[in-house]
Amino acid sequence: MQTPVLQVSDLTKSFGDVVSVDRVSFDISKGEILGLLGANGAGKTTAINMILGIITPTGGSVKVFGEDLHQSRIELLRRMNFCSTYTQLPGNLRVYQNLKVFGKLYRVPNLETRIDEVLALLEIDHLKTRVSGELSAGEGTRLNLCKALLNRPELLLLDEPTASLDPDIADKVRKVVSRIRDEEGTTILYTSHNMRDVEEVCDRVVFMHKGKVLFTGTSDETLQHFKEESLEDVFIRVARSGDLESASSGVEDDGKEPRS
Amino acid sequence: MSLGTIQALVLRYLYLYTRTPIRAIELVFWPLVHLLVWGYLTVFLQKHTGDGFPYEITFLIGAVILWDILFRAQQGVAIFFLEDVWSRNLLNIFAAPVSNADYLGSTYVVGFLRAALTSTMLAVLSLLLYSFNIFALSWALLPYVFNLLIFGWALGMISTALIVRWGPAAETLAWAVPFFIQPFAAVYYPVSALPIALQWVAKSLPCSYVFEGMRETLKSGVVDWQSLGIATGMNLIYLAAAGVLFVRVMNVAREKGLLTKFSSQ
Repeated sequence: MQTPVLQVSDLTKSFGDVVSVDRVSFDISKGEILGLLGANGAGKTTAINMILGIITPTGGSVKVFGEDLHQSRIELLRRMNFCSTYTQLPGNLRVYQNLKVFGKLYRVPNLETRIDEVLALLEIDHLKTRVSGELSAGEGTRLNLCKALLNRPELLLLDEPTASLDPDIADKVRKVVSRIRDEEGTTILYTSHNMRDVEEVCDRVVFMHKGKVLFTGTSDETLQHFKEESLEDVFIRVARSGDLESASSGVEDDGKEPRS
Repeated sequence: MSLGTIQALVLRYLYLYTRTPIRAIELVFWPLVHLLVWGYLTVFLQKHTGDGFPYEITFLIGAVILWDILFRAQQGVAIFFLEDVWSRNLLNIFAAPVSNADYLGSTYVVGFLRAALTSTMLAVLSLLLYSFNIFALSWALLPYVFNLLIFGWALGMISTALIVRWGPAAETLAWAVPFFIQPFAAVYYPVSALPIALQWVAKSLPCSYVFEGMRETLKSGVVDWQSLGIATGMNLIYLAAAGVLFVRVMNVAREKGLLTKFSSQ
């Protein structure tokens, strides 16, 4: 059996008395897209930051390509990349300058050609010489994605990549994500509040609530488990649940049966 | 440490300055103002005090040039970090394959470049405007500059560590830290001008030996190698201690999630 590309085991993070991520475990196989879902404050971004080594876990482990992240962080990061709606590339640099800097940081071979490729892939090649700070929100997000794809990452972490995009561009981004998985076998961890994103691109989902994993499975398995019609319904129900038991047991807080 | 990574981080900084020439004001304007103020004060005092004035007064211009080396080296390290905070790029950098050593190495290079640029400009202008030749220090200039660079880097790391620990509200420390030590650094007056208690503070700062040495060398042509050796030894201790502080604070920042807070503010 192939070693999972990403193995997260009992990952825990406490900030003082607050437990942001509580013994979270999941694996992602090569070429799989796993959706990490949950309301604001569920612990998704903290989990991603621990996978990147930006936050040190209180407990548990992160293994990437079978190696412990904290033992070989720099080497592993060369094979990974990430894109987050919470970050930007320096606004005073031109688009190609930003990509050149990050391409060098990730030691991308044939960098000039690769920059042209990723810009064309995200359909912003006409913006190559534009100043990054002058781009629209959607163009900026696509530039972030270009940065994330530069080094042909084997493991790609996408933190709400379609958050600021209009439906047309969001659709294009989803197609790009699916395409790089299909063509390059990229393994992707994908967080989103847009359940359409998740239904369209993710093979499996992990539902988090208040730092814990509620459920892991395919979209269909998730719907069956929660007895809901759509992932959006599951999301809303989980988000509105006062505690983990009511969120995961199939009974809502008010005692009513969930919609079926 | 990877030279390629350092090169990439420095390239980003060079792009930043070539893209936005207004930033050059910071590198040119303030040093120029200091040179003009201290230079014309020197001219005034020389004209109106005759030969009876202490010799140090002619070296105020040299002090401006050498202080700027320390200050720019410190700024190179501290502002390097803040540039990523201001552009919300910090997580991109720390999620990239960049080690602490790579990061610090690139800040040292940027600090050196900033110091080299402004000190060259000041040296040329002081020669043209005031006939003051800092190169009269000859080869002794190199160890003086080297020591100021190292101390500037150490202060830069301390400034950055404090900003990381205390958050964006503490970013003013990037400019303030050098001026905390300036009164005791013997930049414009000798250590002996300070009260006894403060002379001990001065003697704990490696840069005070450099400024004292610079005055003595310009006056007599003799280099006090013993003082320079003390300054170098102290500088290496300061640099190592600042490096340890920086790495420890970065570890604390990772434990407390401080780096992500910079991105969300």
